[in-house]
Amino acid sequence: MCLAVPMQITEIHDSQAIIAAGGVQRCISLLLLPEAQVGDYGLVHAGFAIQKLDEAEAQETLRLWSELLAAEEETDADGRR
Amino acid sequence: MKYLEEFRDGAVAQRLAGRIQAYAGRPVNLMEVCGTHTVAIFRHGIRQLLPPNVRMLSGPGCPVCVTANADLDKAIALAQMPGVILTTFGDMLKVPGSYSFAVGFETTAPTIAASVAEAQRQGLGNYSIVSVHKLVPPALRALLDSGELRIDGLLLPGHVSAIIGSAPYQFIARDYGIPCVIAGFEPLDVLQGIALLLAQITAGEARVEIQYRRALPPQGNPAALAQMHAVFQPGDAEWRGLGAIPASGLRLRDDYAAYDAERRLAIQTPPPKEQRGCRCGEVLRGVIAPPECALFGQACTPENPLGPCMVSFEGTCAAWYNYGGA
Repeated sequence: MCLAVPMQITEIHDSQAIIAAGGVQRCISLLLLPEAQVGDYGLVHAGFAIQKLDEAEAQETLRLWSELLAAEEETDADGRR
Repeated sequence: MKYLEEFRDGAVAQRLAGRIQAYAGRPVNLMEVCGTHTVAIFRHGIRQLLPPNVRMLSGPGCPVCVTANADLDKAIALAQMPGVILTTFGDMLKVPGSYSFAVGFETTAPTIAASVAEAQRQGLGNYSIVSVHKLVPPALRALLDSGELRIDGLLLPGHVSAIIGSAPYQFIARDYGIPCVIAGFEPLDVLQGIALLLAQITAGEARVEIQYRRALPPQGNPAALAQMHAVFQPGDAEWRGLGAIPASGLRLRDDYAAYDAERRLAIQTPPPKEQRGCRCGEVLRGVIAPPECALFGQACTPENPLGPCMVSFEGTCAAWYNYGGA
């Protein structure tokens, strides 16, 4: 029920937006995310954008994970030596 | 950045699972509150990755499941009234004589609030709702106060929190000393969420941590919250499994009484019936796992569900049935 899908905003007309993800286009409401701009990724739930996705935060999470990978690969390599 | 595949990488999943498996502390019960998390955990086989000293319990986070029988009867009675079209979601503003049975938590309530405010702005006279919206933090308080089971950590719902932010959960860490992590729904989000809970437990800490940082500014979505509070006010609500919880529901404010189907129509409902032998209440509180119910998988299946936890795809019983239990 609380499913929300990340989709990119491609057009804005007043409080409505056209969004796209994986070749699918939909018209949604921006009434709950009035600050959204074309190009933003929004979380879409029940026909409304409910939150903007923050690319810098997403990159930071991915960076921490790649560090985790690198660090443990190093440990594995040390272990084999 | 598509915000999907990046959060499903198998090599990272293995590392995060390795961290979880390295947990060497006392046996712990972690509860995922949200039905969408329950489905993610089952679909991605995350239960099978957990060591024996880490147990996941499912909480009261499936809105269909926690809707009381009396409220369901109301919706059925409404659907049987002549001239009424009953919807739960979709393009309801364009449907003539339309009533909406509005279930859901804080994720969904602002969208319904926006539809009611929009109906008022456009002067629509043929749209109204039955609000059985429910609020997550009061239910968690009721669950913890029941003292029925020991919960060592809570995996909190990412999309409810995308609206309400992290502040409404602070009482859980502060007053109950229980570690909390607000997590996203991709497999790596859930794995990291569990790893962060175990790290807090190991360190003897209890705080509200945000794993789902890309979708969750700590203050949530103030515009959505303002819309929700403009249209709704807190009211008592009946939860399946948890009973009546004060101020845990949302009712329409008097300014929007014209959009309240219950105030507009005399909805006649029969006395509520409970399904004999159904143990959904205990499942929703995390007290029993679905196979402990005698009806599970026998008389009660997704094709012929007897209880709501089997009806909803996100119900704990349906998840156990569809994904083979673990």
